[in-house]
Amino acid sequence: MNGDSVVYQGLDETGTARAGQAPRAVSAAIEVSHLTKVFGGRTAVSDVSFSVAGGEIFGFLGPNGAGKTTTVRMLGTLIAPSSGMAIVAGIPLSAKNGPVIRSRISVMPESPGLYLRLTVVENLQCFAGLYELDDVRGRIARALRAVNLDDRAGDLCGSLSKGLRQRVALARALLNDPAVLFLDEPTSGLDPVATREVHELIGSLRKRGVTIFLTTHRLEEAERLCDRVAILSTTLRLVGRPDALRKQLFRRSLDVRLRAPLDDPKAVLGPLPGVQGWERTPSGYTLTVSDPDFAAPALARALVAADGDILSIAESHHSLEDVYLELIDEDVEAKSR
Amino acid sequence: MSFSWTRVGAIFVKELRDYRRNRSVIGTMAATPVLFILLPTIQLIAANVTGKELSVRVGLSLLYMLVIPVMMPSVVSAYSVVGEREQGTLEPVLTTPIRREEFLIGKALAAFVPTLVIAYAVFGIFLAIAGLFAHPAIASAIYAGTHVLVQLVFTPLLAGWAIWVGIGVSARSTDVRVAQQLSILGSTPPLVIVALISLNVITVSTALALGLAAALLAIDLLAWRVVAAMFDRERLVTGRPR
Repeated sequence: MNGDSVVYQGLDETGTARAGQAPRAVSAAIEVSHLTKVFGGRTAVSDVSFSVAGGEIFGFLGPNGAGKTTTVRMLGTLIAPSSGMAIVAGIPLSAKNGPVIRSRISVMPESPGLYLRLTVVENLQCFAGLYELDDVRGRIARALRAVNLDDRAGDLCGSLSKGLRQRVALARALLNDPAVLFLDEPTSGLDPVATREVHELIGSLRKRGVTIFLTTHRLEEAERLCDRVAILSTTLRLVGRPDALRKQLFRRSLDVRLRAPLDDPKAVLGPLPGVQGWERTPSGYTLTVSDPDFAAPALARALVAADGDILSIAESHHSLEDVYLELIDEDVEAKSR
Repeated sequence: MSFSWTRVGAIFVKELRDYRRNRSVIGTMAATPVLFILLPTIQLIAANVTGKELSVRVGLSLLYMLVIPVMMPSVVSAYSVVGEREQGTLEPVLTTPIRREEFLIGKALAAFVPTLVIAYAVFGIFLAIAGLFAHPAIASAIYAGTHVLVQLVFTPLLAGWAIWVGIGVSARSTDVRVAQQLSILGSTPPLVIVALISLNVITVSTALALGLAAALLAIDLLAWRVVAAMFDRERLVTGRPR
């Protein structure tokens, strides 16, 4: 048994592609292929594949127990995958490469994990030593400035609020200028003000070109911060840009609000060009259309001609939450069948 | 990446800083020497005995000194891994490039160095008090034979054993108090041999004392290998064996 020398079944220690897999140049910050983790008889993560480009903020979404933290721990070389392979910060995930990978990345776990009897700066000094960093003073000063904590350097971490502790943990994660930063539920348990501050910090990291792997179950957070998101529920359900996922999952539609229902909606809405279908809603109608920009003017004209009192015509907006719930509901239904 | 003393030093310094503000550790480190210097000193200065009883009393007094390197590091090292797990600080440390050997040696040194400093200081004070205030016959009995050698050599070796037992128990425990109790229990067996020597039940020559010390050193090194093998990142992070 060896804490560092874990055996990764199905992984090539040298990162050489296996038979049947074409060799490829490594340009992505993270490449994951068929990653699986089984604990005893329970599969935590199954056959997950995705890639994250350098400088991208990649959201990893899923309900509790979906395998998000397990995936982060595998990519952070804390636990060994049962099968599959991955490349993290340009290094193949393997037993031998654990320390090298960990020197190029930072992981901020859900709990800040600070030494509460040590001051902010003592916590950071410890981690600067663990990363064997040079210019420790300068790096700590820069990290604290990045999280607006320069005036709290001498405070004991135990005396800080939860939000401030989260910021110290983020400063700690920035110390080694990581190529990839893993943030596991960084705003979990924070109040709205502290959450906004963490979001602003993540935004500033984006400007610095840091690749961020963000796990969260806050969908508005993912929608606001992430270039792309993946939705995980043991298996990977979808990967893509939030708007692309919406388009992929939901047909485009127009919401029409009228003061009163139409006398004969079938006659008015049915023949309209570009309208694929329609349904009644409490305040009017929802029309499924191929191109809202094309269908909306014709719809307005038809409604006016039919003496409809139009309150509004707008393209339906589906949030990432709609996408997420659609997928997770499908998952729940499939499991209950 | 090779073994790094910088990373060992980071853990060592962090631990010492943590002790400084940890009341239970400060309490243990302050109370233990006071307790273990008072009892043997009073016992010896008040003694008015000769012959075999004197020898037993001297041996008993010196044995008190050897409880320090067993008790103190047991309590501290038993906290080292399970305490970090409970605080949630273990995972962030394990996500750095630190190797298990570096982590364990840093933790062990942080228990070993203060123990050695305190144990030797207490013994030095005891010798000084005996020399200055005890009856000359008692003082010469303390300085005679292998007593001083046994104290000097066995103090670090007993501490080493206690530390590896403590860390080993800590790496497999889920509760700090249970770990500390088991650690103290597991640390005491080598003390029995030292007790037999101190109480002159086993009469040892210098060569035999050094031989026993060498055996204990070998056991310490073996214990280090076993503890290193028991340190499994996955088990520590997830609570489940691989």
